[in-house]
Amino acid sequence: MHLLVCGGTGCRASASDSIIEKFKTEIAAKGLENDVQVILTGCFGFCEKGPIVKVLPDNTFYTQVKPEDVAEIVAEHVIKGRKVNRLLYIDPTNQEKISDAKHMGFYRKQIRIALRNCGVINPENVDEYIARDGYHAIGKVLKEYTPAQTIDIIKKSGLRGRGGGGFPTGLKWEIASKNAADQKYVVCNADEGDPGAFMDRSVLEGDPHSVLEAMAICGYCIGATQGVIYIRAEYPLAITRLKIAIKQAREYGLLGKDIMGSGFDFDITLRYGAGAFVCGEETSLIHSMEGLRGEPTNKPPFPAESGYLGKPTNVNNVETFASVPVIILKGADWFSSIGTEKSKGTKVFALAGKINNVGLIEVPMGTTLREVIFEIGGGIKNGKKFKAAQTGGPSGGCLTEKHLDTPIDFDNLIAAGSMMGSGGMIVMDEDDCMVSIAKFFLEFTVEESCGKCAPCRIGNKRLYEILERITNGEGTMEELERLRNLSLVIKDTSLCGLGQTSPNPVLSTMDNFYNEYLAHVNDKKCPAGQCKSLMKYVVEPEACVGCTACARNCPVNAISGERKKPHLIDTAICIKCGACIEKCKFNAISIK
Amino acid sequence: MSHIKVELKQEQVAKLKEICKSFDNEAGELINVLHKTQETFGYLPAEVQEVIARELNISVAKVYGVVTFYSFFTMIPKGKHPISICTGTACYVRGAEKVLDEFKRILDVKVGETSPDGKFSLSCLRCVGACGLAPVVSVGEKIYGRVSPDGVKDILKEYE
Repeated sequence: MHLLVCGGTGCRASASDSIIEKFKTEIAAKGLENDVQVILTGCFGFCEKGPIVKVLPDNTFYTQVKPEDVAEIVAEHVIKGRKVNRLLYIDPTNQEKISDAKHMGFYRKQIRIALRNCGVINPENVDEYIARDGYHAIGKVLKEYTPAQTIDIIKKSGLRGRGGGGFPTGLKWEIASKNAADQKYVVCNADEGDPGAFMDRSVLEGDPHSVLEAMAICGYCIGATQGVIYIRAEYPLAITRLKIAIKQAREYGLLGKDIMGSGFDFDITLRYGAGAFVCGEETSLIHSMEGLRGEPTNKPPFPAESGYLGKPTNVNNVETFASVPVIILKGADWFSSIGTEKSKGTKVFALAGKINNVGLIEVPMGTTLREVIFEIGGGIKNGKKFKAAQTGGPSGGCLTEKHLDTPIDFDNLIAAGSMMGSGGMIVMDEDDCMVSIAKFFLEFTVEESCGKCAPCRIGNKRLYEILERITNGEGTMEELERLRNLSLVIKDTSLCGLGQTSPNPVLSTMDNFYNEYLAHVNDKKCPAGQCKSLMKYVVEPEACVGCTACARNCPVNAISGERKKPHLIDTAICIKCGACIEKCKFNAISIK
Repeated sequence: MSHIKVELKQEQVAKLKEICKSFDNEAGELINVLHKTQETFGYLPAEVQEVIARELNISVAKVYGVVTFYSFFTMIPKGKHPISICTGTACYVRGAEKVLDEFKRILDVKVGETSPDGKFSLSCLRCVGACGLAPVVSVGEKIYGRVSPDGVKDILKEYE
């Protein structure tokens, strides 16, 4: 019997470490060490209900497990074979308890390629990766294929870059392979800076070897002997696991000199990012690797010609690399049979926001937004109405109700005014103000703009200021017009991908929710009731019983009134924190 | 920028030199050197940057340029208990702003500042990747999930 305990960042934050310790002591106390294995795994994806414990072989899926539950699981499930009912997942649609993970709506529509080993193997043990066909792909490539043949397989598979742009991976490798140089570099972009996205982190935490193996394959193809992983310093767990993985791979001769006796040398080192979103852009990333400010430069020259230290450099994203070994083993035809005409394979999304099943999912390209949100995601939290899903983070746009049945792939998302991006998908409900969301993303861009080119540095700041005036109720119709025009100029004239896409959240919310902008500008109202300056808290005298709960909890003493008499909020003092609404048991306070 | 003058002790300078040496005094390793230094000293005051510049044989301006470019590096000492509020998108739509406001109100500091007694410093960060627990607050190494404005008092109480 195997007990798999999630060791991803989310579950660790809810004490999965001590759950593992408890299981080990409990199992040892019962003398079952030889029959039951406790394994720390990568992310299961179902972060909403973490920490997760999965029992194999019967595939039981326990959610929100606490250290105090461990003894019961061991005594009941492990020893007596009786499932602990109270910890099983409850299907929100019919309130039924589900004992076998494969019947969960969350997993039913998923196909796991990049995440194939996450939540299955112990990421800190290379043997477990090898047992799941790990390092077989590099063996096959070194033995059976020339670099050109390998590139051909990747090209035929139709794999496109998962970092956002969607550039064909095989073509990228081919270009880098054709540029002759004494040294070339393979770089893995693990600078996942998109707020609300955690795909790459989960892959690195759950299956680091698959990335190492793919980088070696890439090195063989383009003629590089040096690989570098550029990873955010904010991901300490992923860094630790990568270090362990690199050390183990070197010990097994899977990295280093003369890999598998083939004469091919390849080794990997780590470089740390230091918190700059723009470093996800490949030229910025390369400058940052060189110890400089992470500012972008004009392309051409492309990194494939002149990249890290002026040498030809191939940069791919974590998820792209993670898909490579499987493609080699299962073949280009298998991979290209999944997905849509121009977007092959699967895509990992980090599903977050106002959705029931927050987590990490991997679906075939072409899955509709409806399937993602309502089947896999389990619908909107608290039975609210779906309003929009933001994809592509600060560079993307929002998809609305009318896009629910559009198959999700690279090209359809662009046609819908958004983009794939790295795979963050934030779901919003009727309570979210779309003007504020646009402002939120602009605030992010303003902070993260590197300042090198004027359109991005100055233009985005102006966009933010206009949005701020609109949400404060000071916007005018001319400013709405200026907002759109300026957005288009910034898109056309910025130097790098950051500036070229930063106005997307503005344009996309203006296209889809223009009425909300008009309400802010003309009626000075925020339809979602989010913009503080446009709302007023008032006590409904008929409903107020004078219990004084609101007055006692008001942090600024803005509420007055005698006991058992209707109270009054002084709007001049009120900071609109909402504490009174939360404390009122009689629904006597409303926002006007 | 901070104007606090820092006198580096001899052993601190020696430690800095040792860090630079461990990266072969290579200018290209500047970011790694800064990471290691901040880990050791807690922050990167101007005086520390001067030593690093000398050791790596680059200008102080270049070091300063890199320190100020990346949000991970700080020139102001952090509080004893550094508080970070995640303001990634997932936390934002689940109410991180209200939580942040409550911290600001109770501690009476702005984002990026340290309380006068040096106990707490307040900062925002973008996504720790624990979106299932949104909104997320971290105090030192400890992560608090599903924090509500009401819960802020209780978190701070743990560190009194």
